[in-house]
Amino acid sequence: MTTATVTPALIIPGAERSLKNSVGLGQTLSNSFAMAWRGLLKIKRTPEQLFDVTFQPILLTVMFTYIFGGAIAGTPEDYLPFIVPGILVQTVIMTSVVTGVQLREDMTKGVFDRFRSFPIARVAPLAGALLADTVRYAIASLVTFATALVMGYRPDGGLAGVLLASVLVIVSAWSLSWIFAFFGVIARSAGAVQGISLMILFPLTFLSNAFVPASTMPDWLAWFVSVNPVSHLVTATRELTTTGASGVEVWVALAASAAVVAVFAPLTVRAYMRKA
Amino acid sequence: MTTSTTGWAVEAEGLVKAFGDTRAVDGVDLHVPTGSVYGVLGPNGAGKTTTISMLATLLRPDAGSARVFGHDVVREPQIVRQLVGLTGQYASLDEALSGVENLVLFSRLQGCSRAGARRKAAELLEEFGLADAAKKPVTQYSGGMRRRLDLAASLIAQPPLMFLDEPTTGLDPRTRARMWQTIRRLVATGSTVLLTTQYLDEADQLADRIAVIDHGRVVAEGTNEELKASVGESSLHLRLVDADDLDDASVALERVLGARPAVSPEAGRLTAPIQNADRVTDLLVTLRESGIRVAEMSVSKPTLDEVFLTVTGHGVEPDQMDDVDAEASAALEGSRA
Repeated sequence: MTTATVTPALIIPGAERSLKNSVGLGQTLSNSFAMAWRGLLKIKRTPEQLFDVTFQPILLTVMFTYIFGGAIAGTPEDYLPFIVPGILVQTVIMTSVVTGVQLREDMTKGVFDRFRSFPIARVAPLAGALLADTVRYAIASLVTFATALVMGYRPDGGLAGVLLASVLVIVSAWSLSWIFAFFGVIARSAGAVQGISLMILFPLTFLSNAFVPASTMPDWLAWFVSVNPVSHLVTATRELTTTGASGVEVWVALAASAAVVAVFAPLTVRAYMRKA
Repeated sequence: MTTSTTGWAVEAEGLVKAFGDTRAVDGVDLHVPTGSVYGVLGPNGAGKTTTISMLATLLRPDAGSARVFGHDVVREPQIVRQLVGLTGQYASLDEALSGVENLVLFSRLQGCSRAGARRKAAELLEEFGLADAAKKPVTQYSGGMRRRLDLAASLIAQPPLMFLDEPTTGLDPRTRARMWQTIRRLVATGSTVLLTTQYLDEADQLADRIAVIDHGRVVAEGTNEELKASVGESSLHLRLVDADDLDDASVALERVLGARPAVSPEAGRLTAPIQNADRVTDLLVTLRESGIRVAEMSVSKPTLDEVFLTVTGHGVEPDQMDDVDAEASAALEGSRA
């Protein structure tokens, strides 16, 4: 190189270093945070990635409110308290698919070889990706509520209710993202991850009480809607935004999230470690 | 070679890695003395990258064993990772991030504090002549800049052993010469370097010892001098007007030059190592006296192809190689996935 200004210090010989073959919890956390920082930088560098959490919530909120509002609630304004939690849940949950798709893409890149050649916690790239994506969920929540406010949405639950609802939805989406991360780890291509994930999510979000009350549905469908965890999450979000109080539904939603994490986190980590 | 006190940086015995039916690495033995530059020379698909991937713990060997400074790559991978730096054939950088962000990220991952990582990144960018491009995303870097950043990234932890996998493949001659300078400086700091290359010239310029690898096996090993002595200082290429004369010409060549030529009958070509260019005159006279007509004659520095002709008895076989290469990279991809 032309500018050989710095003379590197002499390297400590390999045989004279004392090293251990394991990674502690502290290092695992610090490695995961470094990887999360990378995730945030990537979001900053490629803002077009944020389409799904910026334009999509605006589009869905405006579209659904004006299409269904009159038919379901009499006027679009009266429909808002019902539909906004539904759209919030759908948008944020859909966003969690991206975690799996991006993980799949990322793992085929050359930089992953470097991560694997580093003495870092093996799980850090995975943990970092999941952590960084909570920022996306937060943006989606913010945009949904902001759009609704512009359209005349005035939640009775107040700011506290809206914030609590957002946190609940973000936590749930993070839990669900373990499922998609699992597909991301085991699938061969990013397209496949997207395909499988949407196939699961479409029925889950539409066969729920997110857009219309379950009372008008046939019995068998109403039954599915009543057991669908997404319905519980939507109901919990509605309670929080309209009353500001947390009922039993919040706990059902949290329990369902915990169950998903309990099953998929170990599966994902195991599949990931085998490949990483 | 100084092997006495510090011993081996790399000891590999009988390393095997198969991808499907292809044995990409088929019993490789390597012994790299601490403090040396060791060149692994071979064509595409000979098993160089696969061997390095095993030594750097990216791939698990199917058979055989390897130790890095005495630590087993399979049983103590986390220790080995603390001792090696890897610069791949295809720069392993985060394309979406800038040069400085890449280095800060890698430094943070290796335990530097926030401020320490920034300082380290700035130092390395300055040293590798990338300070002006520090804030540009890597996607805008040229091939040479990427290699330099990649090498800089491998130096963050100051590893005592560096794997450089074809560090100059695809670089223009000027950038290649600068890369060589950088590698020499690296060696001066006390690092051991294991370098793979397709270029005999590169191995000759940089390495203390060279292993020639072909079809996943080490087919020759020794110092540069030993290897070059077997190949000759330069080589003579002859193309005959009439391919029927090949046998006679071959006999004449062996008698005059004292070395058995390699014959490629379909092209009517002969290639032979020569130690003394004067002898070529004698040879031409002999050929004329025997009535053998020469269509073309040239003398050149030996290429990898000639090393192979001499060492293995066959040249580089391009089509075969591509297959193996594709399979190896697909498998690495799979393991990465």
